[in-house]
Amino acid sequence: MAPVTGQATSAVTAVTTRLRGRKYLLLAVLALWVLGWALLNGRDTLQLGGAELTPLHSTLNEAMDAIDDGRNSNPFFLYFVNYIRLFLDQAVTLVQALISQPSFGRPVPVLGWLGVTGLATAIALLYGNRKSALLTAAGLISFGLLGLWEESMDTLALTLTAVALSLAVGIPLGVWAGMSNRFHRLVTPVLDFMQTMPTFVYLAPLTLFFLIGPASATVATMIYAVPPAIRITAHGIRQVSPDTLEAGASLGATTAQSLRLVRLPMAKQTIIVGVNQTIMAALSMATIAALIDAPGLGKTVLKALQTLDVGTAFNAGLAIVIMAVVLDRVTSAASRRVEAERRAGRLLTPGARRLQVTGVLGVAAVLGYLSYTYVWAAEFPVQANVGPYVRRAADGASAWAQDSLVGFTDAVKNLLTNGLLNPFESLLTGSPWWLVFAVIVAVALLVGSARAALATAVGLAALVLLGLWQDSMVTLASTLVATILVMILGVVLGVWMGRNDRADTVLRPVLDAGQTMPAFVYLVPILGLFGPTRFTAIIAAVVFAAPVAIKLVAEGIRRVSPTTVEAATSAGASTWQLISKVQLPMARSGVTLAASQGLIYVLSMVVVGGLVGAGALGYDVVAGFSQHQLRGKGLAAGLAIVVLGIVLDRIMRAATERADAAAHRGQPHK
Amino acid sequence: MMNSRSGRIRALVLVTGMGLLLNACAGAKVGETPAAAGGGGSAKACGTLNLAINPWVGYEANAAVIAHVAEKNLGCKVVKKDLKEEVAWQGFGTGEVDAIVENWGHADLKKKYIEDQKVAVDAGPTGNKGTIGWYVPPWMAEKYPDITDWKNLNKYADLFKTSESGGKGQLLDGDPSYVTNDEALVKNLKLNYKVVTGGSEAALITSFRQAEAQKKPLLAYFYDPQWFWAEMKLVRVNLPAYTEGCDADPAKVACDYPPYVLDKIVSKKFADSGSPAFQLVKNFTWTNDDQNLVAKYISEDKMTADEAAAKWVAGNPDKVKAWLPKS
Repeated sequence: MAPVTGQATSAVTAVTTRLRGRKYLLLAVLALWVLGWALLNGRDTLQLGGAELTPLHSTLNEAMDAIDDGRNSNPFFLYFVNYIRLFLDQAVTLVQALISQPSFGRPVPVLGWLGVTGLATAIALLYGNRKSALLTAAGLISFGLLGLWEESMDTLALTLTAVALSLAVGIPLGVWAGMSNRFHRLVTPVLDFMQTMPTFVYLAPLTLFFLIGPASATVATMIYAVPPAIRITAHGIRQVSPDTLEAGASLGATTAQSLRLVRLPMAKQTIIVGVNQTIMAALSMATIAALIDAPGLGKTVLKALQTLDVGTAFNAGLAIVIMAVVLDRVTSAASRRVEAERRAGRLLTPGARRLQVTGVLGVAAVLGYLSYTYVWAAEFPVQANVGPYVRRAADGASAWAQDSLVGFTDAVKNLLTNGLLNPFESLLTGSPWWLVFAVIVAVALLVGSARAALATAVGLAALVLLGLWQDSMVTLASTLVATILVMILGVVLGVWMGRNDRADTVLRPVLDAGQTMPAFVYLVPILGLFGPTRFTAIIAAVVFAAPVAIKLVAEGIRRVSPTTVEAATSAGASTWQLISKVQLPMARSGVTLAASQGLIYVLSMVVVGGLVGAGALGYDVVAGFSQHQLRGKGLAAGLAIVVLGIVLDRIMRAATERADAAAHRGQPHK
Repeated sequence: MMNSRSGRIRALVLVTGMGLLLNACAGAKVGETPAAAGGGGSAKACGTLNLAINPWVGYEANAAVIAHVAEKNLGCKVVKKDLKEEVAWQGFGTGEVDAIVENWGHADLKKKYIEDQKVAVDAGPTGNKGTIGWYVPPWMAEKYPDITDWKNLNKYADLFKTSESGGKGQLLDGDPSYVTNDEALVKNLKLNYKVVTGGSEAALITSFRQAEAQKKPLLAYFYDPQWFWAEMKLVRVNLPAYTEGCDADPAKVACDYPPYVLDKIVSKKFADSGSPAFQLVKNFTWTNDDQNLVAKYISEDKMTADEAAAKWVAGNPDKVKAWLPKS
């Protein structure tokens, strides 16, 4: 450890002595930029009109066409993909036959509402706890009450199949990435790519290989849902302390034994967190997958959007939120149970557990039999449909907001757009590209490191080559403004939530809703309030990204040790001092994680932003999905979004490392 | 031990309770009433019709009526697939889509799938005339009657300024599904306007609603047929009239959009199958008023597509009769 400490200290000293100088240098760079912008405004801005293409875009278009045409003439590929497709189709259709679609010559699925509710509740009871079982029962019955039983079950069938397959692929790969550093390095950029590449870019090509139907929808969902499974599993495997492993090795355990007996059991809880995140990611694809005929609630949302029917869209969106909350709470309860059992041994004696399992499953089986046999238990009673009321209430709320709040929201929009967004954007888009290029690389060097600056330079060069420099700068401006708003909300609400359990109870469901309610549901009301503008896109991004940031900050605040807080309080610190001097600084890693996750989430809303007036890269992607001749440009725009994500992530990470190094100066290294 | 016994008792009580319930409620059994599915012998002759449903209500109106007639009069099994346009065209190649029943132009897709790959064929016009253009909300046309001439647009440019338009007037563009010439038009007609990308149909319609309700100025790209016309009569701004070939060079366009003849496209396989459903799709034509009526049933009156189609078919037996295959 000694040389590392030595190195760290020398680096830290270098930083401390140069810190002040850096701050001035940074200001000088920014001042130079403004000066350059004023002098050279409008020159070399690399503008490209909406329907204009660069040769690269045409080439990409032709390449995609060539792949389309090669589909029939490449038998190996055809057969290989065909078998995967058949398997996926069969898997989804089977689950649908069980819970959602008329099957095996019956007018109803094998399990009716009572059976599914019984079975799900039993699972929640056996693997989670009583509270989560109650929530499960209530959640499933509410699908019926909203009048969306069949649609919900279709979504559930697709989600469960995609999640099961994602885990089957993701957990082994995650274990591998946890064991092998080389594989970890190899797979990380691929996962980054999968998570930031907008779905719209690969949705249409997918249907060529996997045809229209459940298989394509499953693959689209898996592309987005596998990364968290791999990442979090790897994280769990890596977390196992080296001491424990050494102990195992000294007892003569082989690698396989140590994996099976030490690493996997120790990582179990983290892996369940990964399962949880995989489910969330899969559900968030429900609406987009409906564009290629994926069955379920997403279809209802999209259909409603065609007629701007906010109520119906909200009703279906609510069902998606409920499904997410139920699945989230059950998996969380399951992970807590695993943890409790690991610490305290089994909660029940094996005999009692067996009895419990038999009893609960017995009841579920009876309910299942009823729902198999009787119509009343198979089809949710139509009379008990509160959907219309929910619809009318949502319609009313949306209309009221659009009529009476619009004066206020217009003022807010104009203030923020003219005061913050427009100046920033014109600085980014009005300056010559080489000036912006130089400024961003210099900033990366000053706040981050030489390596970050190099990555930034490569990324920005890629944006120029992709022919979408100006669109990228417009998107960058909105992205940064949205991220700033996300972090303001994240810190304010996160601190409140972290310090106050009641606030947590109240806010958490709201945050869950913000994360899982499909953006298509609230598109119409926010368009009414803010008009089709870049600001509307920023609002949509904030709604989606702020919950993650708030949760992470709150988590960080909660982890600050109570003794430290007590010590500060007894030393006479006021609440404000306690927050600003103790809790926030100590929760720094949580706050930085919140910022980087917030940024990724904001970027993943760029395409939705394109639907509500953000233009730029988001619109390029959407248009590429809709118009054949713009496909190449859409692909290029998708790549540009990925590049922006990588560049911002690298700068932020390097800046964090530097700040951490600065914060630890003087403290003895552990 | 205590725990396990109480668990056993609880389970026993529950199971007995369920048993009682089972005996008590002798509800209707699944499958007791014979299912009325299947249209009898004629179904064989027609088989399955895979109908692409593109995501706009006008399209859905066409598809709903065709599906209704195909099921009720021809005994076909109709499978509707919700797809974006390009994905639907791909379906011709993979054999998963038989017909697209409202196509707006798409010359490039026609070239690729009809001429090059020869997997699709043109099945004639739907009878609907598509119009694309620039529109203002009704209150503006009333207050500024001369705004409907493009020559006066510069006079009113100040009205249309927004936070997005950088000091110029805003022309709101929108739907990503269509190629627009608007940027070229603004440039070539020397208008002091900036094209702002709305990005979706929802953005356009919400903007028109708010503009009319709040009496706010708005100039935007829009089209007909569209269900929104039943709610608001937008007023068209006349650009220099379209003449054949005036839009040949996209960069130099200085004239209005051409009228679109909306048509139907079917897969080659389906056209050659001799299915009566193909005759139906081929013969299907109706007017913009017809489509707007069915679209209104769906969008304003919140009927399901099938209810809306049934209602229209009941009121127009003669038109339906003309579509049916002669046999």
